[in-house]
Amino acid sequence: MSVLKLDRVTVLRRGRKVLDGNSATFQAHRVTAVIGPNGAGKSTMLNAAAGLLQPDAGRVTLDGADISRLHRRELARRRAYLPQRADVDWPITVERVVALGLAPQLPAFGPLPQRFLPAIEGALASCDVGHLRERPANALSGGELARVMLARAFVSAPELLIVDEPTAGLDPRHAIDAMRRLRARAREGCTVIVAIHDLDLALNHADDLVAIRDGAIMAAGPIESAATPALLSALYGVPVRLVRDSDGTTVRFLSAAEAP
Amino acid sequence: MRWLTPSLMVLLLLTATASTLAGTVWLSPHQAFASAFSGRADLAGLIVTEIRLPRVVLAIAIGASLGLSGAVLQGLLRNPLAEPGLLGISSGASLGAVVAIYFGFVAALPLAAPVFALVGAFVAAGIVLLLARTGGTLALILAGVAISGVSTALVMLALNLAPNPYAAYEIMTWLMGSLSDRSWDHLALALPFIVPGLALLLSTGRALDTLALGDVQAESLGVPVARTRLLALVGTALSVGTATATAGAIGFVGLMAPHVVRPLVGYQPGRALVPAMLAGALLVTLADIATRTVVLAGAPLNIGVFTSLIGTPFFLWLVMHVRSRTA
Repeated sequence: MSVLKLDRVTVLRRGRKVLDGNSATFQAHRVTAVIGPNGAGKSTMLNAAAGLLQPDAGRVTLDGADISRLHRRELARRRAYLPQRADVDWPITVERVVALGLAPQLPAFGPLPQRFLPAIEGALASCDVGHLRERPANALSGGELARVMLARAFVSAPELLIVDEPTAGLDPRHAIDAMRRLRARAREGCTVIVAIHDLDLALNHADDLVAIRDGAIMAAGPIESAATPALLSALYGVPVRLVRDSDGTTVRFLSAAEAP
Repeated sequence: MRWLTPSLMVLLLLTATASTLAGTVWLSPHQAFASAFSGRADLAGLIVTEIRLPRVVLAIAIGASLGLSGAVLQGLLRNPLAEPGLLGISSGASLGAVVAIYFGFVAALPLAAPVFALVGAFVAAGIVLLLARTGGTLALILAGVAISGVSTALVMLALNLAPNPYAAYEIMTWLMGSLSDRSWDHLALALPFIVPGLALLLSTGRALDTLALGDVQAESLGVPVARTRLLALVGTALSVGTATATAGAIGFVGLMAPHVVRPLVGYQPGRALVPAMLAGALLVTLADIATRTVVLAGAPLNIGVFTSLIGTPFFLWLVMHVRSRTA
């Protein structure tokens, strides 16, 4: 079971603290949503968690091992990372794009070994893009491309899956589908970390919450206990009411006059 | 496309054979083989072993460098318009050769032009590397364009201040690119740089495939992006720098060759490398035959002029074709 821990992680950019001594724990089998206003440091935190950014202080550990000490290929095999607005530059077919997710496993030369074909089929099927396999990946709709990219991240069966804004620009159905797929991965044992702006999606589909503002963690923990109106109001600087009913939780931002 | 690489190899072999037979003196295959392997120093034998063979081998090495480097740079920079000249290495080589001609070193030492050009190419690559050390892909392109601009300006200055019309003419001829009168000496100078350069460029294949997803995703998939950039730059300096040093600037091959083969390998940047290398070699060998057999107004065409003349309209057609396929 892979537990990812940030231990007093500080990241500086041009002398400014983008992350300020943050500690957080991300559990296996659970989807952790990282929320916060624009520029809060969500993407930076995800980059540090993925080992793509060396913190200026503190450390990131995966199952107790310092992530910066892991060999880059070993780390690449164990964790998958999807940036915001991931896209493809050449008209490569969807099937081959998904196969690129296996890059750390592949030999340096030669064609794709046969033993990887089931993994590719599985990833294509789990993201419902099997029928697109022969299509060039730079000619897909936004929703299709997002699913292809998720398949690209799933194909290597990573222990740790870090995804930056997987639902940005997607319509409600595709956004909910994406969250369901990430949740399904978590239930299979994966540690899933998602930066997300859509609070309704976060509150209804994630298990844990890390709330970050100005580079500092304001709250962390299970959604049910951590996601309070007080926290969300402080986080975004807008009064918030949470409406819970049988369909789930809805976040309602109130203009100042309506504030209770 | 499993047949692509073998068929390009066969085509290249046929073209190379044709190249040893064609020219001012036409030889039959029988004549050529008989004289080349008999060891007799007759006219046909001399033409084949001393004039045409080195020229064919050089054309293949130069074309392979241009095609492969173009494919690597297009994949690395994720830009279909990238080509070896973009990094300033070719213009650095040109400047080196022009210095050798301008200051008269060529008169004292026949190989002065290629040797100076080699130094120019490496100096240009070194400066680009220093300038782009910390930045990413964009820094690399900007540094290349800057170095290219400075070198071209200095070449123009040399033409402007040329001591006599003869020197100016020699500089112009060199800039247009030519494979004529290249001997085994040129090959002995070029191959020790070109071959390792090609090896470095070929080693970037898998990384280039992953780079189709962008720098960040490639890095997350375990690709050392900065090291790949360094390999591509050093490989280009060694191969294309040397190619330009021995034969002058041969345009458009580095741009065209990768595009010709790309649709046949499913547009995967890494898989385009070997076919692009062979296509480049094929293009330069064909162009070299053409410069020897097509004579306009009594003067043979320079190979650089020929590749640009043929290359430009072809490339325009290709751009339209590619756009209609991908849009």
